[in-house]
Amino acid sequence: MPKILSIDGVSLAFGGLEVLSDISFDVNEGEIFAIIGPNGAGKTSTLNIINGFYRPKKGKVFFQGTDITHLQADKRAALGLGRTFQNIALYHGMSVLDNIKLGAHSHLKTGLISGLWYWGAAHKEEMALRKEIEKDIIDFLEIESIRNQSVSTLAYGLQKRVELARALAMRPKVLLMDEPVAGMNAEETEDMARFILDIKEERNITIVLIEHDMKMIMDISDRVLVLNFGYKLTQGSPREVQKHPDVIKAYLGQKKG
Amino acid sequence: MRIGHFKETYVSDQAVFATATSRFWLGILFALLLLFPFVAGDYLLFMANLAGITIIGAVGLNILTGFAGQISLGHAAFIGVGGYTAAILATRFNLPFLICLPLSGLMAAFFGIIVGGPSLRLKGLYLCIATLAAQLILEFVFVHWESVTGGIRGINLSPPEICGYVLDNDFKYYFLTLAMVILCVTAARNLFRTRVGRAFIAIRDRDISAELMGINLLRYKLYAFAVSSFMAGLSGCLWVNFLKTVTPEHFPLMESVRYLAMIIVGGMGSILGSIFGAIFMTIVPEAISTVLGLLVNTFPTAMSFLFPLQQVIFGLLIVIFLVFEPHGLAEIWRRIKNYFHLWPFEH
Ligand SMILES: Nc1ncnc2c1ncn2[C@@H]1O[C@H](COP(=O)(O)OP(=O)(O)OP(=O)(O)O)[C@@H](O)[C@H]1O
Ligand SMILES: [Mg+2]
Repeated sequence: MPKILSIDGVSLAFGGLEVLSDISFDVNEGEIFAIIGPNGAGKTSTLNIINGFYRPKKGKVFFQGTDITHLQADKRAALGLGRTFQNIALYHGMSVLDNIKLGAHSHLKTGLISGLWYWGAAHKEEMALRKEIEKDIIDFLEIESIRNQSVSTLAYGLQKRVELARALAMRPKVLLMDEPVAGMNAEETEDMARFILDIKEERNITIVLIEHDMKMIMDISDRVLVLNFGYKLTQGSPREVQKHPDVIKAYLGQKKG
Repeated sequence: MRIGHFKETYVSDQAVFATATSRFWLGILFALLLLFPFVAGDYLLFMANLAGITIIGAVGLNILTGFAGQISLGHAAFIGVGGYTAAILATRFNLPFLICLPLSGLMAAFFGIIVGGPSLRLKGLYLCIATLAAQLILEFVFVHWESVTGGIRGINLSPPEICGYVLDNDFKYYFLTLAMVILCVTAARNLFRTRVGRAFIAIRDRDISAELMGINLLRYKLYAFAVSSFMAGLSGCLWVNFLKTVTPEHFPLMESVRYLAMIIVGGMGSILGSIFGAIFMTIVPEAISTVLGLLVNTFPTAMSFLFPLQQVIFGLLIVIFLVFEPHGLAEIWRRIKNYFHLWPFEH
């Protein structure tokens, strides 16, 4: 399988604190690639490096073979890097539907003038977008009944789902998901796991997944990378990783995972 | 887990009813606005023009501050740039009004973009200070670049002419003001149905995630500054042509603060709120001074302390508002509307 995303010798530091030390890994097209590790291991920072929100001190990031290390974050989104956040980052001033539409930003053309005018091209674009979102996202994630609500009124689990909807509207090639089931009950977790598998299988979207829920990791991921204190501990199939003595040691004394 | 037991289709969305109702009321409102000048006296006409011109400025500021989250203390100065541009183009270059109007907007937008430039780096209070600096510098220029702005004496201009039709009284001017208000309000509403408006709100709510969602922060912040100051420029041009004079004292820092108060009282991030806020801030001070005037007639001895009370009462009103309804008049209106729901089209 060809690799779609490569992290090559990345280090990241905040002041004197080294958060990532010489991290390298490849993500294959079409797989679910999990990143696990104790709190503060540098998982979220790794996604932020891929997204372009953090700049590495050393090392490079490649997406579909091109070096994107110096590309601005918004351009990376346009290339096909979708993202959901550990601490939900929805826009509370907008409805569910508008939040989802926002995800499609880079695929739309309406500019300032045509937006002010609206009739014609902008209207047509909005209508087409609405149709696409209804068909491909809202139906799929079963959020028909909340589409016109304000996101701030939604339960936590639903907010996570709306975030996934927004990420799908980005038409990502790689979807970076930061703890999608954290704080969810068993039923919600199961739903989310099913959605993630469907996204991988039916839409052929590659997924990079951070999660503390070990059962889910074991169930759905193809390969697992383990980080600890900014170092790469090991990498392999879920089964291999689970048996690895260093992993067991790193997780010992830690309730989570 | 399935949410909801039935599958709503988005076509039904009860949108049909909502639009029928709002079209009906918009039609009524429009008819009333057209009738208004025929029944209103001079004073009301004057106030209506003033309110309309203020609405355009308030919508502009709300786009920048209420929707895109960029606080500006320089709005009055942008209105001033529009006003001076209009006056200079009309008197020095004899350009017709219909050319001066968009050029005033463009000139103000140009200044807005320059001032907005640092907004990528400066956030919150720091941006506020940068816009304050712009306000003070522009005020200084209005006063001291005498060869162009006419200094403190300013510039006088003759009434605007549109296609041979001279708008030489408040009655005629009213229709120009009304047309411009409708144009600006509609354009603003339109913007928030598209990706541009959504990007503004996303930047306000969380600018980090907005960037990761594909929004070029600098570009959209500059767009917000441009649209906002363009409308400020239009408002300035209309204002100057309405008063037929422009002087620096029309655009002091206090006026920028007044505009901020306007959108806060009306409702941040609401077009309708800008309209309510502008009307409130135009009419209420007048109403207060009328009431005080009556009181002074009855108690002539109270004169000395009643008149200074105007500002205090006005300030108190604003504070009371913010305490009891921080989301402004627009929110109160929403509640009233919900109460009457789809009337008169229910069932
Ligand atoms: N912007 C920042 N400034 C300073 N330190 C940071 C910043 N972002 C992350 N860190 C530090 O980097 C380390 C790794 O953080 P990161 O969020 O990547 O961990 P994580 O593996 O996602 O942990 P968790 O499981 O708790 O989410 C932590 O020590 C954190 O305090
Ligand atoms: Mg994290």
